[in-house]
Amino acid sequence: MTEAAIQVRDLRKSYGRVEAVKGLSFNVGRGEIFGLLGPNGAGKTTTVEILEGYRQRSAGEVTVLGHDPASRDRRLQERVGIVLQSCGFYPRVSVGEAVQHFASLYPAPRDAEETIALVGLEEQRKARTAELSGGQRRRLDLALALVGDPELVFLDEPTTGFDPAARRAAWGVVRRLGELGKTVLLTTHYLDEAQALADRVAIVKDGMIVAEGPPGELAPGQPTYRVAYDSNGRRVQHETDDPTDLLHRLTSDALARGERLEGLAVTRPTLEEVYLELTEEDER
Amino acid sequence: MSSAATLWRQLRFERRLFWRNPSAAFFNFILPLLLLFLVASVFASDPEELDVLIPGIAGMAVMATTFSALAFNLTFLREQGILKRMRGTPLPVPAYFGGLLGSAVANALVQVVLIVVIGNVVYGVDWPRDPLSLAVFTALGVVCFGALGIAFANAIPNFDAAAAYVNLVFLPVIFISGVFYSADSLPAFLEGVAQALPLKHVIEGLSGAIVTGAGVADNLGAVLVIAAWAVAGTYLAIRYFRWE
Repeated sequence: MTEAAIQVRDLRKSYGRVEAVKGLSFNVGRGEIFGLLGPNGAGKTTTVEILEGYRQRSAGEVTVLGHDPASRDRRLQERVGIVLQSCGFYPRVSVGEAVQHFASLYPAPRDAEETIALVGLEEQRKARTAELSGGQRRRLDLALALVGDPELVFLDEPTTGFDPAARRAAWGVVRRLGELGKTVLLTTHYLDEAQALADRVAIVKDGMIVAEGPPGELAPGQPTYRVAYDSNGRRVQHETDDPTDLLHRLTSDALARGERLEGLAVTRPTLEEVYLELTEEDER
Repeated sequence: MSSAATLWRQLRFERRLFWRNPSAAFFNFILPLLLLFLVASVFASDPEELDVLIPGIAGMAVMATTFSALAFNLTFLREQGILKRMRGTPLPVPAYFGGLLGSAVANALVQVVLIVVIGNVVYGVDWPRDPLSLAVFTALGVVCFGALGIAFANAIPNFDAAAAYVNLVFLPVIFISGVFYSADSLPAFLEGVAQALPLKHVIEGLSGAIVTGAGVADNLGAVLVIAAWAVAGTYLAIRYFRWE
């Protein structure tokens, strides 16, 4: 099958008179790690929960592995793994029992022990879930989502609240999912996470996609280059999509005046700058 | 995997969890038996009182193990996000609820049997005169209070409030429904309230089965009231169900 793992066309979702998602469209290819990046309240979780089958959309077309998730078809659930944003577990079950039990819910599960090892919880196998640290619980969430050997994994803010070491470990697991050929839809409000993990990123703001593409190529439209230098103790900055011409004029003028362009720099905006520029209204 | 096997596995999972939860074990097993021993020791010399107490405690145990336990349990599962998580798996909804309900029903059945056996062995109450009627009224009570427990969980805002909500219903109902003493001497108003609620009718049915020998046919009015509450409870449980 060549069709995309996820297809979303003009998705809308309203809660009463508030429109949380205002016409999103994107595709996620099979085997792709796709990141939905945006500030809190942008509509990421609403979108993902519609794709997971938890919420009904108000309008638009949605296809997940060839199914409409709103129909809650069991054959779809068997092929999908879900890591919810915040989600507890039976407190008096051990890690090993939890993963075993979830494995039994799927027709062709992964080996439970191997899955526990994949997320790095071997030493906690006999610990009750109530005894786990926050990072360990999140890894258990991952194990429970992966033990059914899904083709598609939803990760809703998988590392929120992690310390840096735990984040790196979780990133390792997500990368391994990519190596295993899984399709991953990841939401995050961490830029570096999207940059480190996603093949493609869509930046979501106020229920709309404001930019989409591979994280290295995302740019906020024009201009795409920034030329800066110091003049009389002040930083002067120009933006252009033709730096050759601009630099030629700047340097000719400077030579004609006998000045040096101190601190001359030509830069492209980083994903962080793109993101901040696109989402800055929220901070005002 | 067949749905029966799925349900059975889910039920075994729930049973394992139940025995690891000390407070659930206390409220479902220890408390009804403790009340039985305490109240019975006061009235041990009065066979008539024992004839009220044994079916009364059995009825109370049915309500505690189904209505109270499920209302508590579901509020916890909902607040923790466990319901939502389970809904994201291929586990069929009927199998999941079959496991939850089945575990509550198992507790109810064990309690009724224990109370009847203790009544006979310790306090000399006769063996049930109508075992079929005992089974029918236990089953009716379990279905009715199970449905009402799930329905009531829909109204409980969070787990912190669950104990207050559940006991606000449970305690008054057991006091007016003739669990510890004959309810005949209640003021007319409370008597009327008790008549409209299912517990008094479950206890009447159990009393007929254990003490007087009145069968299902003699208690059709009670059957009707319990069935009506079971239907209403099932409707409310499904109509207003909240996964999160």
